Amino acid sequence: MHSYTVNHLEQLEAEAIFVLRETAAQFEKPVLLFSGGKDSIVMAHLARKAFHPARLPFPLMHVDTGHNFPETIVYRDKFVDEARAELIVASVQESIDKGRVVEEKGPNASRNALQTVTLLDAVEANQFDAALGGARRDEEKARAKERFFSHRDDFGQWDPKNQRPELWNLFNGRKHHGEHFRVFPLSNWTEMDVWQYIRKEEIELPSLYFAHEREVISRGGTWLAVTEFITVAADETPVNKQVRFRTIGDATCTGAVESGADSLDAIIHEVAIARQTERGTRADDKRSETAMEDRKKEGYF
Amino acid sequence: MTETINPENAASAEETGSYHDMDLLRFTTAGSVDDGKSTLIGRLLYDSKNTFDDQMEAVERSSRQRGDENVNLALLTDGLRAEREQGITIDVAYRYFATPKRKFIIADTPGHIQYTRNMVTGASTANLAIILVDARHGVIEQTCRHAFIADLLRIRHVVLAVNKMDLVDYSETVFNDIVEQFQQFASRLDNIVDLTAIPISALNGDNVVNKSSNTPWYHGPDLLYHLEHVYIGSDYNHVDARFPVQWVIRPHSNEHHDFRGYAGRVAGGVFKPGDDVVIQPSGFSSKIRSIETFSGPLEEAYAPLSVTVTLEDNIDVSRGDMIVKPNNPPNKGQDIEAMICWFSETKKLHPRGRYYLRHTTKEVKAIVSEIRYKVNINTLHKIEDSPEFGLNEIGRVCIRTSAPLLYDSYRRNRSTGSFILIDEQTNETVAAGMIR
Repeated sequence: MHSYTVNHLEQLEAEAIFVLRETAAQFEKPVLLFSGGKDSIVMAHLARKAFHPARLPFPLMHVDTGHNFPETIVYRDKFVDEARAELIVASVQESIDKGRVVEEKGPNASRNALQTVTLLDAVEANQFDAALGGARRDEEKARAKERFFSHRDDFGQWDPKNQRPELWNLFNGRKHHGEHFRVFPLSNWTEMDVWQYIRKEEIELPSLYFAHEREVISRGGTWLAVTEFITVAADETPVNKQVRFRTIGDATCTGAVESGADSLDAIIHEVAIARQTERGTRADDKRSETAMEDRKKEGYF
Repeated sequence: MTETINPENAASAEETGSYHDMDLLRFTTAGSVDDGKSTLIGRLLYDSKNTFDDQMEAVERSSRQRGDENVNLALLTDGLRAEREQGITIDVAYRYFATPKRKFIIADTPGHIQYTRNMVTGASTANLAIILVDARHGVIEQTCRHAFIADLLRIRHVVLAVNKMDLVDYSETVFNDIVEQFQQFASRLDNIVDLTAIPISALNGDNVVNKSSNTPWYHGPDLLYHLEHVYIGSDYNHVDARFPVQWVIRPHSNEHHDFRGYAGRVAGGVFKPGDDVVIQPSGFSSKIRSIETFSGPLEEAYAPLSVTVTLEDNIDVSRGDMIVKPNNPPNKGQDIEAMICWFSETKKLHPRGRYYLRHTTKEVKAIVSEIRYKVNINTLHKIEDSPEFGLNEIGRVCIRTSAPLLYDSYRRNRSTGSFILIDEQTNETVAAGMIR
């Protein structure tokens, strides 16, 4: 007898493509949030698959803190070009210049939290009614309760105690004027799934994910890259290390891990034996026990 | 509790090639407050080496702050601030872990007042339910409720986990009595085809990921072994061909000038190029020309794959239509009878109530034409003459829709037999429905 087996990556792919198509169908003006990190790359790749051979029925948007690794921007522009997609850049620097937000001060200053204002302003200015994000439930405890279709009120806020129940494959994207949705097609993926899928699909990644030599300082238990955006304190000594990044975000708060993994197979091996969660390298999550929950309520990714 | 890299874990990494062929088991856990559900999940995650050092450090820190004597594994599943403050779980949380055999998704549902709504939600996508009972208390009212919901949502595989066996001296008699009580109740339910009872202690780890020497009289599998090996291949319907059209792909490019593809997720049966098909509700006939994906055409498509279908004829097909086979049509009609579970805390269901009804990729307006009965989910007794439904209540209703639905009974197909009701004013999802 024929066995209609569908392995875990095929199931996750089918689910994510379903969610992406449902977003295009249920909303008038969706946007896909593209950071150049591996999760948003996988999501954008899935979006290409979902609507092939047509172009993406929505633009990509990069919320740009201005504190980028140059590799990310090179990668972003190449991806957009190949997908023949439309790119919108929402700039945190502009939000600062306009006085919408005030830059943090001190050695640990980061523009991470400021992104929320820039993101919400861009959603409003472009009248986006759904923003697709690459967040996964396994990343962080507050995310474990997130829906595929996550409702935001007209202040862009998330109310974790009052979420719509989500059953089967039935997603309720109904909303009032001014409200919007965050949609997370990769909700059920783990870090390992993402890496396995990248290998299976032979998806190209920014070089930052692979082991390379870099000048770093040790801060808050992780290795931070020495860039023009961080201030090295008197008691901190930059050293050269063989490192790679497990997540890619703002250069001021994304830590690297020491690693010799220079291929996808080596990375998958490393992920399998890792003893730290990937967000363990994110200084932004370490600010408090509920740092992510608090930022999400405000409208963070 | 510090741990170095476990050689077993490293070995599984060597086999990552085989990870590609892992399948996926989705399960839900049901138990009343203090049955040890969070501890069990924490134990599964911890003993199967799916926890990380920074997570364990956080749990150790919290355990100390709370004054717990040992490291409290239940804290591994803690989420939101309010939950940690109150020591309860508010909402369905999803957890992930993998062994070299399978990837698992746990829908972790809380045990307090909103229980029914959350368990129904978690169960809607689950292949298997773990129902926990406290060995000291045996089968209680809530256990029956959990079994009823698992059955209602058509979960075919149930594990009865008799927990806290350490507190009844690992007694075989206690275990057998509980299993017998449960079987008596479960015999009145139709959909549970596979029941496995396992004596465990989540706190001490007995029979969770290893067979315990404390229960020499028990010859069945430990819980993780069972989860890794239970056969779920037949849970999808591969008989009745159903393809709800989700999105029409028209590239309008020079390269694909005349391309017109119907994108969707197969909800049942098998589709192949050359198959005769009928488009519902229009009734037009055609043949499948190709099944397209980004990676190239497929020779066949079946549930739950997301694909794009092209047809030989240029006919009008849009979102909400369904592509089916000529000799095996779904039901078609504007009057349906269904079991529903009511979700709204603020509004009740009234006869003549108006809602949006979302079913497959279609949304229609709907009116509740009759409340047939409610079910007392602890006794399974029917309560007739109920004027309204409140939060967490379950029962049978008749619904009239503004346009015909293409449906199957929920027992035959979970995708084409399920729907949700949405409140017209608040846009909230107020009910889940399973078509009779």
